[in-house]
Amino acid sequence: MGLKRQILNLISHEAKLSPKMIATMLGQEENNIIRAIQQMENDKVILGYNTVINWDKMEGNGVTATIEVKVTPQREVGFNGVAERICRFPEVRSVHLMSGSYDLSVVVEGSNLKEIANFVSHKLSTLDEVQSTVTHFVLKTYKVDNFVFEDAREDERLVISP
Amino acid sequence: MSSMDRYISNVVKSVPPSGIRKFFDLASQMQGVISLGVGEPDFVTPWHIREACFHALEHGYTMYTSNHGLIELREEIAIYQKRKIGVCYSPEDEILITIGVSEAVDLAMRALVEPGDEVLVPEPSFVCYAPGAMLAHGKAVPVQTFNRDQYRLKPEELEKCITPRSKVLVLAYPSNPTGAIMHEEDLTALLDIIIKNDLIVITDEIYSELTYNGSHVSIASLPGMRDRTVLLNGFSKAYAMTGWRVGYACGHSDIIDAMKKIHQYSIMCASIMGQKAALEALRNGEQEMRKMVESYNYRRRIILAGFDDIGMNCFEPKGAFYCFPSIRCTGMSSEEFCEKLLEEEKVAVVPGNAFGACGEGFVRCCYAANVNHIEEAVSRMGSFLNRHRKY
Repeated sequence: MGLKRQILNLISHEAKLSPKMIATMLGQEENNIIRAIQQMENDKVILGYNTVINWDKMEGNGVTATIEVKVTPQREVGFNGVAERICRFPEVRSVHLMSGSYDLSVVVEGSNLKEIANFVSHKLSTLDEVQSTVTHFVLKTYKVDNFVFEDAREDERLVISP
Repeated sequence: MSSMDRYISNVVKSVPPSGIRKFFDLASQMQGVISLGVGEPDFVTPWHIREACFHALEHGYTMYTSNHGLIELREEIAIYQKRKIGVCYSPEDEILITIGVSEAVDLAMRALVEPGDEVLVPEPSFVCYAPGAMLAHGKAVPVQTFNRDQYRLKPEELEKCITPRSKVLVLAYPSNPTGAIMHEEDLTALLDIIIKNDLIVITDEIYSELTYNGSHVSIASLPGMRDRTVLLNGFSKAYAMTGWRVGYACGHSDIIDAMKKIHQYSIMCASIMGQKAALEALRNGEQEMRKMVESYNYRRRIILAGFDDIGMNCFEPKGAFYCFPSIRCTGMSSEEFCEKLLEEEKVAVVPGNAFGACGEGFVRCCYAANVNHIEEAVSRMGSFLNRHRKY
């Protein structure tokens, strides 16, 4: 496996790993790691570093919805034109082109149900290319990006064993 | 209450108590201990393997299996060993499924050792071989290995311990507690002595998958050694299945048959749901296992770099998930070091002498632990060394 992929495998699970730590883990020079990460940032392989948050543990939570969107592809730009337009809305968190019975999967965040309803009815559905939408509100989150939201159990192994 | 001691067999009385026990009692009474003293993976068994067990239970697999174990598991083990070490074993009569490697060690000792026979045990070693030999009425003969040789067994040290009663040589590499491995040339160097003295080898290869920067070589794969070797392996370490207790022995059908004779009267068979889970591990577990091994390797490098930073002398272990740093700079005995470290810094590591006299001056640290814990433990060991360093 190439160095860049090894680095990505590590930081995709733990973005806070320092270059020094990554270098130790991979048996590499720290400078090689710094350079590889910089290059991947410049090449937009690495777009940014998010935090996985269990918002349920905070007060005043917002609402998340997944919206299935059917669209009419446009001449020359296909699905890209409309997908890029949808991406520009700040309340949109992610957009994927899907195979199957609908075209775009759009994840939207809002401070309450009404805000998302307004977004769908006023902003999304009114786009010329959008044929229909089906909105699913998230009720509870169990796992995101490899992190299970239930609190991990304590290490129950014997303190000392042969 | 009157003592019943007079009823206890002398053989059992002759076995010394575990060197770990006292320390275990001490460490487990204390709150907030960071432990590098564990001897098992920190992963839970991969989900698909646990799922295979549920499936087996749902479908009513709750009966005995043949004494040898499930034939499909033995077939899968034969394929696995052929692929890994290039040795063919017949699933019908050359493979026996046991309750972990521990049972297999006991069976092999009892099947091979006559009263007074000598069992050569390279030390520092895992704690069960010498008592296993003694309980089989044999005599355990420690063979020293040294830090300067990266704890590889050297022919000259083996030769020194050979007597006319030498019968069995135990090899257990990658090693618990040192993390040492034996390369092909190291094993080849032993062959003359083994063959000249007509020794039989019990090789415990439970950590074989946890070999870093290279692959494991089994002595069974070397010329003339297949029939002279009882190969033991299992699922505990590679697939994080310690609690399942499934292991196996491979070897010449005469030996496996003798081991089976003991197994059928004392154990009957390993649990069927455990065997079903082991089957799933062998059939579909490689990818998850590789991830776990990779993760141990990361942590191996982290702990070694940490020891280097705090000036703790440690040879680079190439296998298992242990390292075996020297504590001689403190002038303390291993036990004293471990007790003080526990008391003053709340870090648990295992005294090296628990694994044989030549482990004195060293401690076993297990890096199958959370990275933050490893870093914190090493940092506390650093402060401890700063206070107690003499040399």
